[in-house]
Amino acid sequence: MVERLIPTALVEDNKFCPGCGHGIINRILAEVLDEMKLTDKAIGSMAVGCACLMVDTFGVDWIQSPHGRAAALATGIKRCRPENPVFTYQGDGDSMSIGFSETMYAAFRNENITAILVNNGIFGMTGGQMAPTSLPGQKTVTSPMGRNTDLTGQPLNIINQMKDLNIGYLARGSVTSIKNINRVKKYIRNAFETQMSGGGYSMVEILSPCPTNWKMMPDKSLEHIDNTVTTYYPLGEYVKKGGDSNE
Amino acid sequence: MALKLMKGNDALAEAAVRAGCRFFGGYPITPQSEILEYLSKRMPEVGGHFVQSESELAGISMVHGAAAAGFRTMTSSSGPGFSLLQEGISYIASAELPAVIINVQRYGSGLGDIFQAQGDYFQAVKGGGHGDYRMIVYAPASIQENVDFTTLAFDKADEYRNPVLVLSDASIASMMEPVDLPEMHEHDPNKSPHAAKGKGNGPFKRITSTMYYIDDFDTYIKTKYDNMAANEERWEAVQVADAELVLVAYGITSRICKEAVMLAREKGIKLGLIRPITLWPFPAKAFKALPDTVASFMTVELSPMPMIQEDVLLSLDTRKPVHNFLAGMNIPEPIDIVEKAADCIKQTAKGACNG
Repeated sequence: MVERLIPTALVEDNKFCPGCGHGIINRILAEVLDEMKLTDKAIGSMAVGCACLMVDTFGVDWIQSPHGRAAALATGIKRCRPENPVFTYQGDGDSMSIGFSETMYAAFRNENITAILVNNGIFGMTGGQMAPTSLPGQKTVTSPMGRNTDLTGQPLNIINQMKDLNIGYLARGSVTSIKNINRVKKYIRNAFETQMSGGGYSMVEILSPCPTNWKMMPDKSLEHIDNTVTTYYPLGEYVKKGGDSNE
Repeated sequence: MALKLMKGNDALAEAAVRAGCRFFGGYPITPQSEILEYLSKRMPEVGGHFVQSESELAGISMVHGAAAAGFRTMTSSSGPGFSLLQEGISYIASAELPAVIINVQRYGSGLGDIFQAQGDYFQAVKGGGHGDYRMIVYAPASIQENVDFTTLAFDKADEYRNPVLVLSDASIASMMEPVDLPEMHEHDPNKSPHAAKGKGNGPFKRITSTMYYIDDFDTYIKTKYDNMAANEERWEAVQVADAELVLVAYGITSRICKEAVMLAREKGIKLGLIRPITLWPFPAKAFKALPDTVASFMTVELSPMPMIQEDVLLSLDTRKPVHNFLAGMNIPEPIDIVEKAADCIKQTAKGACNG
C-alpha cells in the first residue's frame, strides 16, 4: 500500500495555473514547517498577487498585507510575537517593485523574520506586465517590443542589494529539477532555522516559472530558467551566519 | 488627583501608553514628532515596541501587523504623512482590526506648512482611503482632551474593531496645560479574539478583508457603520437655549469661540456654540435639538475654504442659513468672530444670507 503524505498546511489543492512554480514552493514550505514543528505557530504575511491564492489552501495563520508592505506587517507581528515564526510570502512585483523599500528596510534593520520571495520575472496576477526583474528584451504586455533596459533599467538583483547588509541568511534557488527543489527546500529550512535561533533576517529568493504569462510550455519554461534566467540570477547561498542544516 | 503640566503631544503619547498601547510605528513630521520622540523612550520602559519606520506607509503597515497580533497599537502623523497613512487605514478597516491613528493637522495641501490648521477635515471624516469604510474621529480642544479622547479611542477601536482617528492640530500639540492622567491599563493581546498567534490545534486564521467570509456583507458592513453613527455622536453645546446665532467649531477654534460667546453676551448679542467632539459621526442630533430662536449658524474654521459648513447644512436639512468665518492660516480673535456674527444676524433678519 502506498500512502500519500501531504504536509498538514496544505489543507486544499492549490489554485495556481498549470505549470506554475508556486505549487512546488507551497509544498516544500509546508514540508519544512512540518519537519521543524512550526506549522501550528507560524504567522504568514501575505503579499498581493498570486500569493493571495494561498489564503484558503495553505493552513497557517495569515495576515493579508497591502501590496508591497508584507515585510512591514511582518515587522509589526514579529516585534509583538517574537516567539512565533513569522514569514512573508511575496512575488517579485510585490517585494521588489512597489514593496522594494519595505523589503529592503526589513533586511536593513535585520528583522528576525523570513522572507520567501518568488521571482518569476513578471506581474503574474495582473496579466504578465513587466517587472523590475524582467530580463533585457523580454516581451511582456507592457514591454511589447521587449524590455528596453535604456529606459527601464537592468533586471533587479535583490540579492546584490542585500548581500552586504548585516543579516542572517540569504540564498537563491529554483524549482527546475528534483535536485534544485531539494536544494531550495534546504535553503528554506536554513532560513527558518536562522530565525528560530534569533539569527536575524533571512531571505530565500526562488526562481519560478510562469508558463501562462511567459506564453511558454511548462517544460520550456524550466529550460528557460536553467539556460537564461540563472545567468542574471545565479543560484546559491550568499549569506550564511549560522551552521549548516542536514536534510 | 495630581495634575501634571504636559505638552499636548507628550500627553497624548503618555495616554496611549496608559491605554495599553504596546506597539508604535511612525515617521518624523512636524508638528507631531514629539509623539514619536516620547514613545521612543517610553515604550521600552513598559515592555512595548517602538519602530521608527522608513515611511508612513511602512509605519501604518507595522501597526496593521501589530493589530493583527492582538496588540493595542498606534501611529501618528501630520498632513502629507496622513495622506500616506490612508492606504493602511483602509486595509485595517477592511480587515476589521482595532488601531488608533493620530493626525496632528498642519496647514495646506502639498507640502504646506507646519502651523495649526483644520484643512484635513474632509480627508478625516469622509474617508481618506479607498473603499467603503468610516472611522470615528475625535477632535480634542485641550491637552486634557488629548488624553481623554486617546484613551477613549483605544476602547472604541476595540469595541467596533475599527481604526479610530484623533484629529489634533499644531496648536494643541505644542501647548502646555495641566492634565490628569489615567491609571495604567494593561491589555492582554492573547485575549483579543482576532489575534494571530499561530493556529495551534485550531483552525487557521485569515486576517484579510472580512468581506470574503461574511454572508450579505453589504448589509453587515452598513449596519456596523450605521450603529457607530447612531451611538457615537458627541458634542458640547454652550448657551444655545436662547441663542439667535450658533457658532460651530471644533478643536482649538472652539476655545476661541467660547470666548467669543462670552464677549458677545456682554454686548447683548445672543451667540451660542455647538462644538462637535466627534467629527464622524457628525453630531446631527445637536442641531435637531436646538430651540426655534436659532435663526442662523456660523462655522469658524482654520482653513481658507468651508468644510464643516457642509455637515452643518446636512444636519439642518439645509433649512437655515449657515455662514462661515474662514480664518485660514490666521488664528482669529474673539472680537472678530463676534463682529462677523453680529453682521450675519443682521443679514439673516433682512433675509439675505450668504457667506
